[in-house]
Amino acid sequence: MAVIKKLKAIKIEQDHLLGIQDLSFSQVSDILKQAKTFITLNKSSSKKVDILRGKTQINLFFEPSTRTQSSFELAGKRLGADVMSMNIVNSAIKKGETLIDTAMTLNAMHPDIIVIRHQDSGAPNLLSQKVNCSVINAGDGRREHPTQALLDALTIINRKGKVEGLKIAICGDILHSRVARSNIYLMNMLGAEVNVVAPKTLLPHSIERLGVKAFTDMKKGLDNCDIVMMLRLQSERMHGSFLPSAREYYEYFGLTPDKLKIANKDALIMHPGPMNRGVEIDTNLADDINRSVIREQVELGVAVRMACLKIFCKKN
Amino acid sequence: MKEKYLINARIIDPKNELDEIGGLIIDSNGLIKAVGEKVANGNLPSDVDKIDIKKNILIPGIIDMRVFVGEPGYEYKENFRTLSNAALSGGVTSVVSMPNTSPVIDNVSMVDFLKRRGRDKSKINIFPAAALTKNTEGKQMTEFGLLKRKGIIAFTDGIKTVQNPQVMARIMNFAGQSECLIMQHAEDNILSDGGQINEGEISTRLGLKGIPSVAEKIIVERDLSFLEDYFCRYHISQISSEKTVAVIKRAKNEGKIFSTGVSINNLSLNENDIGDFKTFLKLSPPLRTENDRQSLVKAINNDLIDVIVSDHKPQDEESKRLTFAQAATGATGVETLLPLSLELFHNKSVKLNKLIATLTSNPANILGIDKGSLKKGNDADLCVFDINKPWVVDINKLKSKSKNTPIENRKLQGQVLKTFIKGEIAYERI
Repeated sequence: MAVIKKLKAIKIEQDHLLGIQDLSFSQVSDILKQAKTFITLNKSSSKKVDILRGKTQINLFFEPSTRTQSSFELAGKRLGADVMSMNIVNSAIKKGETLIDTAMTLNAMHPDIIVIRHQDSGAPNLLSQKVNCSVINAGDGRREHPTQALLDALTIINRKGKVEGLKIAICGDILHSRVARSNIYLMNMLGAEVNVVAPKTLLPHSIERLGVKAFTDMKKGLDNCDIVMMLRLQSERMHGSFLPSAREYYEYFGLTPDKLKIANKDALIMHPGPMNRGVEIDTNLADDINRSVIREQVELGVAVRMACLKIFCKKN
Repeated sequence: MKEKYLINARIIDPKNELDEIGGLIIDSNGLIKAVGEKVANGNLPSDVDKIDIKKNILIPGIIDMRVFVGEPGYEYKENFRTLSNAALSGGVTSVVSMPNTSPVIDNVSMVDFLKRRGRDKSKINIFPAAALTKNTEGKQMTEFGLLKRKGIIAFTDGIKTVQNPQVMARIMNFAGQSECLIMQHAEDNILSDGGQINEGEISTRLGLKGIPSVAEKIIVERDLSFLEDYFCRYHISQISSEKTVAVIKRAKNEGKIFSTGVSINNLSLNENDIGDFKTFLKLSPPLRTENDRQSLVKAINNDLIDVIVSDHKPQDEESKRLTFAQAATGATGVETLLPLSLELFHNKSVKLNKLIATLTSNPANILGIDKGSLKKGNDADLCVFDINKPWVVDINKLKSKSKNTPIENRKLQGQVLKTFIKGEIAYERI
């Protein structure tokens, strides 16, 4: 606890949310506390407040995204901000313009917040050095996806009361996953024990150095776990010879009722989406309302993003 | 030109095992006339240029075996004039220029162009390397014999590696007969595909695809296997990892004859320096772990690595102001090669004479050129430096046209005071 207090004492006002790695324990607590108030708001009949009225939020998505982009858009609108979503994937900007040039162009429009998703790790960091507004990372390369981890934490707290002391298994394509990395940092910070489970070809080098135990056997990795977090297996990974086949992957690493039995009886199933039913998760398990909190994750995602927008939106 | 008497210097000449206080005489043709302790203040003729070195160190001009110049094609990154100025301010008097220009240096007419430009625009000695294969595509070998006759002293695909084993075997076989020096940049393209930095904890944290050290090792092992059947003058341009050092050690123990280089960057920096996506530290081979760095330093002391190069690769600002994955590879370094190398002396990692040998006599031996020593009759290409002078690398004071130094604001100890080319003072620190 002494360490946490010290962090509080030297808390630096930071305008950007680039990754969980940059956050302090108290900042995370603030975000989660704030998000809880928005859960109630989002369930009420009048969902709109004017906390960010007059503020401009630009969503800059260089990679296709459905849920994250719409979640951020809705979050901004519910807080009263003017939200503009630029889908770079189908835009002329894609042709030739560098990230910095795009940033300078947008900066000239005086936005207050830019939410960025980019295929290159570190792109939000680069952007944050060049613009006057707050930058929120909505996923960069394989590096971080901080709001996803925060909404996962909120979902766990909502169901289990706390994260501290829980045992969490993150299963699947850890190598290419920013969700896995952000969750490892956050769940460790919040006092959980984290296992990662994946075939060796999908485990990043030196992953143990991030404070996790690595397993290649679901039966060992899920043992005594309270949370089973499944990751999406991208089909293109099959062609890179990371795996023999989807069939073999499902056999050994797909979440089935049999394998789930190894985890604690009341273990929750999570998935950041979009799911590949029958590849990484049994379709009935995914829909099991007693175990799966996948839809709740989406619901709380809006609340978490509202909290992040509110807290990180540059004052003045 | 009057004769010049350089006196009161600590003279270090590893080739001739010289390390003594004395002087050096440059004759009227710019050649070294005499060197050693006998050249002293008391016995000088009166009508000569007398230059007091003030107990600073005098060494043969540095030979940098791996330098990229932008001509032709990338003049906006570096031209011969800016390269020459940068090199001279770092005590470098000879460079081997890499063939990765646009167009590539892979035919005789290009060599004429280079030699002419090098002669007209630069003061330093330019030794152009030609491509090993046409357009550095790794398929068809270049005209070794004809290029050699034109004055090409080394063949390399520069930033590229010949991937096809059959092509490489034939190149080595053919080069053996024409006594050409082959320099290989060792990296397996498939293993390093898409890689940005060393594969390890840092690549995992930064979410960047890693380049495993085995990508380097496997090419070195392959080429050293070929060397058993096809003996030729073979040089590994740069190595970066402990694993490769082990391979070299084994091969040397087996009696194989070849030479090895290392970039000063891999000796002075490690992957942790990349920090928060510093694109100036995106290098090839990548910076690796501290353990790897230490093993490279040790390999110098054990004579497993023969030369230190700057791997001077100028990149304009635009090609570095991008995300890490998109940013260009390489860093400038020719002007900080000696001062940064001296760090290894000051922190007691490498003895001074050994360091100087890796920068002067060893590259000269490998290249087979009459440079890098203070032998009587050689061109008086010299470097004078103050070994203790502290200074800070200021990006605005660097002379290279591009400013992508990996050691911005680094505190260094040791600075070049004077550089002589053929007996003339070509650079003098004011």
